[in-house]
Amino acid sequence: MRTPPRPRGHMAVLHPMRIRADALPLAERMFNLWTLAALMLAFAAVLIAPAFAQGSAPARRGVIEILLEWTPTLAGGFGFNVLISILSMAIGTVLGVLLGVLQVSPLRPVRSIAWLVTQFFRNSPWLVLLFYCILLIPFQIEIFGTTIPFPGWIKAIIGLSLPVMAYMSEYMRGAILSIPTGQWESAESLGFTRSQIMTNVILPQTVKRVLPSWMNLYAVLTMATPLVSIIGVSDVMTLTRAALSAEGRVDLLIPMYLYILSWFFIYCYPISAVTRLLERKYSVNT
Amino acid sequence: MTWTQEQPIVSLKDVHKSFGTVKVLRGVSLDVMKGEVICIIGPSGSGKSTLIRCINALNDIQSGSITVEGLEVNDAKLDKLALRKKVGMVFQQYNLFPHKTVLQNVMMAPIKVLRQNRNDVEKRARALIAKVRLEGKEGAYPGELSGGQQQRVAIARSLAMNPDVMLFDEVTAALDPETVKEVLTTIKDLAADGMTCILVTHEMGFAREIADCVYFTDRGVIVESGPPATFFDNAQDPRTQQFLSQIL
Repeated sequence: MRTPPRPRGHMAVLHPMRIRADALPLAERMFNLWTLAALMLAFAAVLIAPAFAQGSAPARRGVIEILLEWTPTLAGGFGFNVLISILSMAIGTVLGVLLGVLQVSPLRPVRSIAWLVTQFFRNSPWLVLLFYCILLIPFQIEIFGTTIPFPGWIKAIIGLSLPVMAYMSEYMRGAILSIPTGQWESAESLGFTRSQIMTNVILPQTVKRVLPSWMNLYAVLTMATPLVSIIGVSDVMTLTRAALSAEGRVDLLIPMYLYILSWFFIYCYPISAVTRLLERKYSVNT
Repeated sequence: MTWTQEQPIVSLKDVHKSFGTVKVLRGVSLDVMKGEVICIIGPSGSGKSTLIRCINALNDIQSGSITVEGLEVNDAKLDKLALRKKVGMVFQQYNLFPHKTVLQNVMMAPIKVLRQNRNDVEKRARALIAKVRLEGKEGAYPGELSGGQQQRVAIARSLAMNPDVMLFDEVTAALDPETVKEVLTTIKDLAADGMTCILVTHEMGFAREIADCVYFTDRGVIVESGPPATFFDNAQDPRTQQFLSQIL
C-alpha cells in the first residue's frame, strides 16, 4: 500500500532570521545616545518638577540642593554596599568553587553532602538567610583570650555569601561536567592524579565558561545588598531613610529613591553589559 | 617477577571486559615484543578501542591478565603512575589542553608528574616538537592548529614522558585525507626508532606497510592474526576475508 502524498504546505520551512534588538552590536546599544538622553531627561524632570511646584515658597530649599547636600553621606553608604558586595562575592566564590568541585567528587557521600548544601542555600530566601546569620552568629568569639567581635556588617557579609556560594557551586558543577571527558582521559594517561587534573586541566578551562554567570551573579548580589538595612546595617538604604526623616518632606521621597536607584543602575549596568559581551564572545569562539 | 627484554613487553591473557550486560572483550590474548609494531583492525564495535584502553587502565577488565613490562594492570593495588610512565597514549580527538600553548602542552606532564627540571624539560620538548615537524608552532594554541598538527602535538606530548610503549587509538580517523599522511609519517618515524607501537587503525595500506603483526578482531575476540603479507593476501577465516573484501 502506498502512503498518500504529503499535503503541500506542511513541510518544515526554515524561516528567515529575524533581527532582534539584542542582535545589534553591543556598543551601539550601550551608547545609544537617544535612550540615554531620554533617561536623563526623565530623571531631571522628576527632580526639577517638585522644585517648580514649590517655587512660591521662599523658605524651602530646592530638591536638587538637598540631594547634593546629602550626597557625601549617601555615597559613603553606597560605598559600604559595594564593600559588602565585594567581600560577600569573594567569600562566596571561594567557597562555591570548593563546593562545586566536591559536587563532582568520585566519593558518593561527599558528592551527596555537597549537593545537599548547595540545594539548601540555593533555595532559601536571601533575607531569611540574613536573619539566620544575625541570630546564630554570636556578637563576639573568644579564642585564646582574644576577643574577636562580630559586628552586624560582618554577619551580613557571611549571610550574603551563602547564596552566592550555592549559585557558584552549581555554575562550577555545570562547567566541570561540560569539559569533554577526553580531557580527563588524556591527562590521566599522562600520569596526572585526579586532583592534578582538576587544578591544572579542568578548573582553568571552566573560568571562561563560568565568567559571564559569575559577573551576572555579582550584579544580582549588589542589587540585593540593601537587604542588609533590614537587619540594622547602615547601608545606603538606612541612610536614605534617615535623610528623609531628617528632612521631613514628602516631596523628597520619590526623587531621593530615584537618585539611589540611579547609582545602582550606573554601577550594575556596565557589569551586565560586559557580561553579555563576554557571553557572545565565548558562544561564538569556544 | 622482573621483566626481561626477551619476554613480551605487553601481554594480554584471556581478557574479558563487559559494559553492563554487553560483553565487549570475550577472551583476548596477544603478546607484543619490545620494538614491535602491531595493528589491530576490525569492524566498529568489535572491541578494538576498548582493548587498547585496557592496556593503560583507562578501562578496567573483569577477568584475565594484562601485563606491561611485568606490571600487572588488572590489580586493585596497581601503581597507575608507574604504568603510565611506561605507556603513552594518543587519542582520536587529540585531547590537547586548549588553554595551554603547544610548548606548555608538551612540558606539562614531565614537570607536574615527573617533577623534572623545567629547563631540561623545555629543551626536550622543543626537540620533540621539531621531531614531529612543528618548529615555529611552540607558542600557538591548539585551536589555531589543523587537526593533523594537533595530533602531532599530542604525539609529542605523549613522547615527553619517555614511554616504552605507545598506544594509538584511531588517531587518523578524525583527519582529512591530506593530513592523515603527515601523522602517519610521524608514527613511521617513531617505529623506525624502535618504539613499541600498538595501533588501532582503519588505514589498511599503512598497516600493511608498517606492522610486524596485524590482528583482526570481531565481536570481542581475535579472529585471525599474522604478518601483514600473509594476513592481507592470504586470510584464512571467512570473517576476515569478508571484512577485507569490503574495504580493500
